[in-house]
Amino acid sequence: MSTATMAGVEVRLNDEGFFEDPNQWTEAMAVEMATADGIDTLTDQHWTVLKFMRKEFFEKGTGPTVRLLGKTSGVSVKDLYLLFPKGPAKMAARIAGIPKPKGCI
Amino acid sequence: MSKRIVILGGGTGGTLTANRLHRHLKHHPIGDAVEITVVDQDDHHVYQPGLLFVPFGLAQHSEIVRPRQAQLHKDITFVQQGIDRVDLERDTVVLEGGRELAYDALVIATGATLALDETEGLTGPGWNEKVFTFYDLAGATGLETALAEFEGGKLVVNVVDMPIKCPVAPLEFCFLADWYFTERGIRDKVTITYATPLDGAFTKPVASAALTSLLADKGVHLITEFNTGEVDGEAGKLVGYDGREVPFDLAVVIPLHSGAAYVGRSEGLGDDLNFVPTDKRTLQTIAKPNVFALGDATNVPASKAGSVTHFEGEVLVDNILRFLAGETLNSTFDGHANCFIETGFGKALLIDFNYDTEPLPGHFPTAIGMPLLKESRMNHLGKLMFQWVYWHALLQGRDIPGIGADMPTRGKERPAPHTPELEETAV
Ligand SMILES: Cc1cc2nc3c(=O)[nH]c(=O)nc-3n(C[C@H](O)[C@H](O)[C@H](O)COP(=O)(O)OP(=O)(O)OC[C@H]3O[C@@H](n4cnc5c(N)ncnc54)[C@H](O)[C@@H]3O)c2cc1C
Repeated sequence: MSTATMAGVEVRLNDEGFFEDPNQWTEAMAVEMATADGIDTLTDQHWTVLKFMRKEFFEKGTGPTVRLLGKTSGVSVKDLYLLFPKGPAKMAARIAGIPKPKGCI
Repeated sequence: MSKRIVILGGGTGGTLTANRLHRHLKHHPIGDAVEITVVDQDDHHVYQPGLLFVPFGLAQHSEIVRPRQAQLHKDITFVQQGIDRVDLERDTVVLEGGRELAYDALVIATGATLALDETEGLTGPGWNEKVFTFYDLAGATGLETALAEFEGGKLVVNVVDMPIKCPVAPLEFCFLADWYFTERGIRDKVTITYATPLDGAFTKPVASAALTSLLADKGVHLITEFNTGEVDGEAGKLVGYDGREVPFDLAVVIPLHSGAAYVGRSEGLGDDLNFVPTDKRTLQTIAKPNVFALGDATNVPASKAGSVTHFEGEVLVDNILRFLAGETLNSTFDGHANCFIETGFGKALLIDFNYDTEPLPGHFPTAIGMPLLKESRMNHLGKLMFQWVYWHALLQGRDIPGIGADMPTRGKERPAPHTPELEETAV
């Protein structure tokens, strides 16, 4: 575990950079993480995915896999890869401040 | 009034549950007043672990396919009909054609189906010519001919995404292909590549490291974190969503898996992939207290394997009897899985694990026994024996001597000084 300062607030991250506590997350932090990951602007579509992932996490205890995202988020798998080129489930989960989805270890 | 137990699916889980229930009911106060009915859409019970051997000419149809009804005790009713849906509110199963079966307790054991259509191009040009799966009998049989005619080139084995049945079977396929082409004297003309969505050969760290190095020893190229977007049979390449391409002359693809389609038509029963949300300790479904599930059909975070289904059967049968008698359920299922991994040249590995303990080295079931996570001839014989055990003990719902539902811990070597933190993954 480590800590990092994001949007001026100290947050706890695990070894792979995922949030230990999803409740510490704010939208400003997402913007910072996205920029660091090479996404210059978070578009409406990015936000749709990020918010969907958080909703799923809080409802089901785990973030969705790419396949589930493609089926249920309203954004196709192809588009998900365009939005989050480093692998949507992992990259979007990290930016959304939730743990790595269990299905995508 | 008599109680009706309806079991959907007459494969591994449905058959062993029916036979075990039947035997336990003989000595149970409510025994005489229980009717057991098993429903399946066809009468061909396939020993699925045998599908791995078919492409290499090591298993015949006659050994691995038997009539379903013959595996069930004669007092169990077998209905051969497709299932249309479950009406949870009316405690009734609706079969295709409209016939209805009312139940007091329901068991879902309809396994997983292959979602071929979900991968672009998979069943397009080249399907069953140079693109195959060995996950069903027709595919495994077609692949036998294709392998026999293969004189050299690029063989690619690809898992599209987890979860899949028997997550080690694709690795076993690579190991056996290495053996097969060596035997034929053309191993130097064949490249074997394993493309997986995982970040290593397997889901759990210690076994993943061991299997990754075994792939390397056998000259199998490993491509990790590959998410298949399209299978282009015409051009002979897999195209990843991230743009990476893997060229092939022969592709063996393990398609996406879903739960049975009727689950999706049954309001409140399944999740988005038609698997059935189930309590991982009691095997009661989340949908309704009188509905239970086991095997590949559930969403529990255990391997989709026959051994898991067998161990689940012990807990599930006990809990159905408890439920019917109005008693509290036992929360004892620990996710126990026990899998032989065929590695070619007459050898195999054995892995044994559960929800909390990943596959570790050592011996099974105690410090003297079969070697774990290590190639041996004894494990290979164990794998071959499993077919006999399957037809004669496992499907009869009998306990297998020395191998109980609870994972044994004696004999396992724990990594010191700390165990890597494990996530509950469907492996
Ligand atoms: C290639 C391969 C290798 C494997 N190797 C191993 C191994 O070495 N060790 C191991 O332990 N496991 C292995 N397995 C996994 C094992 O076979 C399965 O986990 C096990 O069979 C699951 O049992 P089940 O009862 O859940 O499903 P199944 O045995 O598949 O039974 C499901 C049944 O439901 C029926 N059904 C489905 N939908 C409907 C419907 N709508 N109407 C009527 N009936 C329906 C089907 O016809 C089927 O008979 C392997 C699997 C494969 C594919």
